[in-house]
Amino acid sequence: MTLPRKLTRWLVALVALHCAVAGAGFFAPYDPVEQDRDHPYLPPMRVHLMDAQHHFHSRPFFYPLRLREGSFDQYEEDPAAAVPLHFFMRGAGYSLLGFLPSRLHLFGTDGARIYLLGSDAYGRDQLSRILFGGQVSLLAGLLGAGVTLFLGALIGMAAGYYGGWRDDLLMRAAELFLALPWLYLLFALRAFLPLSVSPLEAFLLVVLVIGMVGWARPARLVRGVVLSVKERDFVRAARGFGAADMYLLRRHILPETASVLLTQAAILVPQFVLAEMTLSFLGLGMPEPTASWGNLLASLQQYSVLVSYWWMYLPALAIVPFFLAYLGLASALQQRSGAYKIDEQSSWSPT
Amino acid sequence: MREERFFTRWHCCITVGFFLACASFLPLPVNGFPHPQQTNPKEELLALPGEIGHSGGRLVISLRAEPKTLNPLTAADTISREVIGAMQADLVHINRATQLTEPALAKSWKISPDGLQYTLTLRQGLRFSDGHPLGADDVLFTFRVYLDESIHAPQRDLLIVAGKPITVRQVDAATLIFQFAKPYGVEERLFDGLAILPRHLLEKPYQEGRLAQLWTPSTPPNEWAGLGPFRLKEYVAGQKLVLERNPYYWKTDGNGNRLPYLDELVFLFVPSADAQVLRFQSGETDIITRLGAENFSALSRAQRGYTMADAGPGLEYNFLFFNLNDLGEKSSADLTRKQKWFREVRFRQAVSAAVDRDAIVRLVYQGRGSALWGPVTPGNRRWANTSIPHSPRSLERARTLLKEAGFSWPTAPNAASTLQDSDGKPVEFSILTSSSNADRTKMATLLQEDLRQLGMRVQVVPLEFRSLLDRVTQTREYDACLLGLASFDADPNSDINVWLSSGGTHLWNPSQSHPSTTWEAEIDRLMEQQLATAGYDQRKKLYDRVQEILAQNQPMIFLASPDILVGAKNSIANFHPAVLEPYVLWNVEQLYFRNGAENANR
Repeated sequence: MTLPRKLTRWLVALVALHCAVAGAGFFAPYDPVEQDRDHPYLPPMRVHLMDAQHHFHSRPFFYPLRLREGSFDQYEEDPAAAVPLHFFMRGAGYSLLGFLPSRLHLFGTDGARIYLLGSDAYGRDQLSRILFGGQVSLLAGLLGAGVTLFLGALIGMAAGYYGGWRDDLLMRAAELFLALPWLYLLFALRAFLPLSVSPLEAFLLVVLVIGMVGWARPARLVRGVVLSVKERDFVRAARGFGAADMYLLRRHILPETASVLLTQAAILVPQFVLAEMTLSFLGLGMPEPTASWGNLLASLQQYSVLVSYWWMYLPALAIVPFFLAYLGLASALQQRSGAYKIDEQSSWSPT
Repeated sequence: MREERFFTRWHCCITVGFFLACASFLPLPVNGFPHPQQTNPKEELLALPGEIGHSGGRLVISLRAEPKTLNPLTAADTISREVIGAMQADLVHINRATQLTEPALAKSWKISPDGLQYTLTLRQGLRFSDGHPLGADDVLFTFRVYLDESIHAPQRDLLIVAGKPITVRQVDAATLIFQFAKPYGVEERLFDGLAILPRHLLEKPYQEGRLAQLWTPSTPPNEWAGLGPFRLKEYVAGQKLVLERNPYYWKTDGNGNRLPYLDELVFLFVPSADAQVLRFQSGETDIITRLGAENFSALSRAQRGYTMADAGPGLEYNFLFFNLNDLGEKSSADLTRKQKWFREVRFRQAVSAAVDRDAIVRLVYQGRGSALWGPVTPGNRRWANTSIPHSPRSLERARTLLKEAGFSWPTAPNAASTLQDSDGKPVEFSILTSSSNADRTKMATLLQEDLRQLGMRVQVVPLEFRSLLDRVTQTREYDACLLGLASFDADPNSDINVWLSSGGTHLWNPSQSHPSTTWEAEIDRLMEQQLATAGYDQRKKLYDRVQEILAQNQPMIFLASPDILVGAKNSIANFHPAVLEPYVLWNVEQLYFRNGAENANR
């Protein structure tokens, strides 16, 4: 089976984006929690190829910023001291994908630090924090979607296949969950959990919390598919040959739900990334100093940051390509499964 | 403490017309009141120096929350105190600019050589805001209710010297004698903030036992009277409190014009700091106080028709403290293990040595603040012990102290390896901060990084302020906490509850029946001694020693103190912000609009 071109394109884009985030240690020049206390709220620096005398340099360089006299957060370029960029250089230690210790960075400098996307209130590099923050947010979204889909598929199949009072019970529960305002539910859930948690515990809690909340929609969709599939001829035939429930579910029914589940996954991941961001933005998710897209944006709650430091908005822009790719993938998947279904139906129709 | 609870109250709106209708039915003295606008030769008014202004206008200022009460007997929070300050007056007043005492309702006072007897002479011919004359019986009544235990006035503790309440006696219509059991170190500063209450309105409720519940913001204006520059006019729950000019106010300017200049003073309730900034920027409010440094510079950058002012270091001090409570059996095993570190003085000294105070001042206060090594801020010029060493940050010293105290690192002593105690357990703890205070949360994040350099694993837990206080003073289940306190006066006695081991705000181990350590016992002794000592030099010596002991034992690791940052419209004259509360309204009677009526109709 060949994938449609559109689908392939979105898939490639997604894989590339995820690789950039997964390899954050390599692409980011610095450790995301390292504070450079002399350079808070540094604006993004410009990389030059031409110097002030209009001479061309083959190696990109930048001018370090220095504080303007008597000001706290107004910087100006220091044209006297050009600092060249180095590629593939050794810097702060990190572990690639969580297990490969390395010190190699895509780029870096000797001496003055470079802030391509500016620095935050503690002088931490925004670029590094956005990349590392993506690891947390995307992983939370992916794992949360995994938990949700697992629960949704399980409950949906049970409800659709067995029917009767089980169906009623599960579907009423699902309706209850759909009717609940999920944001407040997240608050309530988080409030019951212990106060002081390590970043890892906090992460698992966030994943669990957002994973537990969203199962109702996929469960209802899966139930719908199961309801129709279980009456199909091939399922009846298999049952006639004496196939057990578990075998039928696994072999004949589950594969039929795959397209629904895949589409749901592509919709749920960005939704859950957003849920993680909401929790962290409101201070209920990942604790400082761990970076996540949500708590990178949390400083924007302050009016003074909002009006003074535009580069603090950049994390919000970072999520745009991810969401675009996920939603593009979802729509491509939907089209594909829709086309597939129409084909199937036309081939079955007696006319 | 700075945070205030947002209070909603029964909506009660009284129009001026209704007020006037009621006022006309009040039992007035037969001869009627003199016309308040003209000064009466029999009135002993106080003439203030300063720029001469002109009358009119309405000053609008925002408050973080509604005042919980307008009753000076029960007001404990900053916001209520700020509002009451504009409505009430005291016998002797501390000038917020000079930090020295000045005559107020008492035109003079004398302290007997043995320091036991204060003789105050009351100004004659003064009237309350409802026109009723002020007499010595009002003062007697006031002190009777302040001293009444059933009222629970927060100022009561200050009126008990050596276990005995002070006694007040009237000699003649103008003279009152205050008798003390022992010489009292506070001297006449004691009278500051003790509002003189109208006996004619409060005597009956007092006898009926309703006094403590009286005078909420929704009180009808005709049931309220004071001696301050403004009087109650209108209260709209959740929105605003409107005060109007007190026509009987007892101060004049240099030309003999009766103060205050302003016709109205309006307090808007604006719950968030950012919303306050926006309202000020749009011109809806005339003055803004209690500004954070970031908002201050945001406002300074976009200056349009207003002036921002840095009044200098205030009296707020921020600090980290560890849980040193003796919880006995209630304590969890985890906390008992951690308290073994916290009780080790070298551990606390090491934490103090590792703190980068300059970074706090620079990053949290944008340079508008000062680093602290003791509770007395540079804003408190009279009481700071200048001999306390201002040791710069030194990770080496911190590591040496930790090593001496039996802590160790599995590998090299750096950020990558976790510090272990003598039992080989990793040193991990959490710091509570108030989630509503962005400055302190930021400080905690800096501390977290500082302590990571020592191998300590610290988590920052922002908590809602009420539950934080509950944990610190009631359940006492916490590891460490970052808080700030703001003294309302420069005198050491204003913070006596923090330093006495029996005090409720002795935060690291509050309300002890016996001091649990020898140095706490010594602080208790010194504080009580200075309270009963007259004369600044003697008291300063005792208080210097208290500061030394605090610096030695580090029960609180002092971090930094912010400057008082305020702003006002350019049209407001006589604007002289002070570092004592209320920062800008302390001379509200002299504030006026240069452009006169422009602001009157807003």
